[in-house]
Amino acid sequence: MKILVPVKRAVDYNVKVRVKPDNSGVDLNNVKMAINPFCEIAVEEAIRLKEKGVATEVIVVSVGDKACQEQIRTGLALGADRGIHIETEADAVVDSLQVAKLLQKVVEAESPDLIILGKQSIDSDNNQTGQMLAALTGMPQGTFASEVVVSDGTVNVKREIDGGLQTVKLTLPAVVTTDLRLNEPRYASLPNIMKAKRKPIDVKPVADFGVDMKSNVTVLKVEAPAQRSGGVKVADVAELVEKLKNEAKVIS
Amino acid sequence: MSVLVYAEHDNESLKTETNKLVHAALGASTDIVVLVAGSGCSAIADAAAKISGVSKVILADNEVYLHQLPENIADLVLELSADYTHLFAAATTTGKNFMPRVAALLDVAQISDVIKVVSEDTFVRPIYAGNAIATVQSSDTKKVVTVRAASFDAAANDGNASVEILDTVKTSEKSSFVSAELTVSERPELTAADVIISGGRGMQNGENFALLNGIADKLGAAIGASRAAVDAGFVPNDMQVGQTGKIVAPQLYIAVGISGAIQHLAGMKDSKVIVAINKDEEAPIFSVADYGLVGDLFDILPQLEAAL
Repeated sequence: MKILVPVKRAVDYNVKVRVKPDNSGVDLNNVKMAINPFCEIAVEEAIRLKEKGVATEVIVVSVGDKACQEQIRTGLALGADRGIHIETEADAVVDSLQVAKLLQKVVEAESPDLIILGKQSIDSDNNQTGQMLAALTGMPQGTFASEVVVSDGTVNVKREIDGGLQTVKLTLPAVVTTDLRLNEPRYASLPNIMKAKRKPIDVKPVADFGVDMKSNVTVLKVEAPAQRSGGVKVADVAELVEKLKNEAKVIS
Repeated sequence: MSVLVYAEHDNESLKTETNKLVHAALGASTDIVVLVAGSGCSAIADAAAKISGVSKVILADNEVYLHQLPENIADLVLELSADYTHLFAAATTTGKNFMPRVAALLDVAQISDVIKVVSEDTFVRPIYAGNAIATVQSSDTKKVVTVRAASFDAAANDGNASVEILDTVKTSEKSSFVSAELTVSERPELTAADVIISGGRGMQNGENFALLNGIADKLGAAIGASRAAVDAGFVPNDMQVGQTGKIVAPQLYIAVGISGAIQHLAGMKDSKVIVAINKDEEAPIFSVADYGLVGDLFDILPQLEAAL
């Protein structure tokens, strides 16, 4: 069984981003970048399925400029077998729909049985690409997965939904998107990081895919969120209850 | 201009998110049609018909829609989409699940997690976990939008729209429902509650969350938790308030033993009144709290329960 894992290069989750003074976007100069955390969970899940003997090959694919090869190497160091880099121009911004269309072409070429993606990236926070890819390829989907069990042409996905958990059964090939509690990704060992440098990455220019990369969504401005100013400290429970009753009037 | 709003419900009751969605949709158009897709849900369509501003309700009542599986729902919405300029769904685990499929099949972008509708083509949405707020404009022929319901007021219930029955059956052989483990609670749902009391890592363990019960009972509150408390295994995941959990905006939010990580603040900072109880007076939660009480929560909680 072949597993395809699309990954995204994003701002490291520990970085507190700042909005540019001209409100054109978020300042990414000299900011630490990393593999998007949900994508890392997706790679880990694929590797675990390979270690269990369920999968035979794990392919990591990323769309972006040259720099995103770092994140493909991260996936290879975790244990993926090979990488595909769909290369865009430097700093190009690519929408979820365009990424899904590019991935659709990769799916047509590679015919994976399972595609595992992060449920969202922590930069644009869209939560779309996996579902869009599933629709474009006519596949069923199991989003926000907290457990993935593959058996005999199907996959059972336990999903984190608003009221609790839901399990769906999907016919392979299928798309799964990861939630936080699916697994805890391992750290790549030094020998595996060295080994990853020799694993192949197939670099393909985005122009080869015949996908219209024009976005119909324009960012007009990006602002810092309104700051909520801190209020007052109260001395004790009695004062708190008095304020809530008589000042804020939120309890009676 | 007309908007198709996807009703949020569980076949038992119509969720207030739907009223908030309608309110949001009124920012784009005055012609609003609500789609209720489910099984045994005609009462829900009747409830949706009472939402002010709704001109018509379409009811797709069939067993295949019981669990609102995204493959089926996306195909249903897609078939209806020709008559509308906008498609709106709540940014819940239902809306997030099927809506991007609709967008992809229509070959348009989706605008996710909208917190403000500026005009028929311009929307405001948080990015980077709420650390930046983007205003975006779409030139797509159809606008596919998911809405963060907590950011909108609920439309009132004094309307009287007609209900139209739709017999279309869309079903996929590739996906089926197996089981659900839903949290059973007498308390209001987090996303609908007027009062929420949440515990964090400071609660120390899951048993101590019982200290919140008496206060929640007295205030009619829902009980939430921070991601730290969920990740530590104190309480189940569906109690999580935050960027990656539930986004809430109650009248009163009481944060107990929660330091105030950015991802938690992103999920509750639109609450009307915030109370923070924490022993660390430097905790970031105090910078967003209207009323802060510094002290040991194990002393304060019993006192608070007694004082209410």
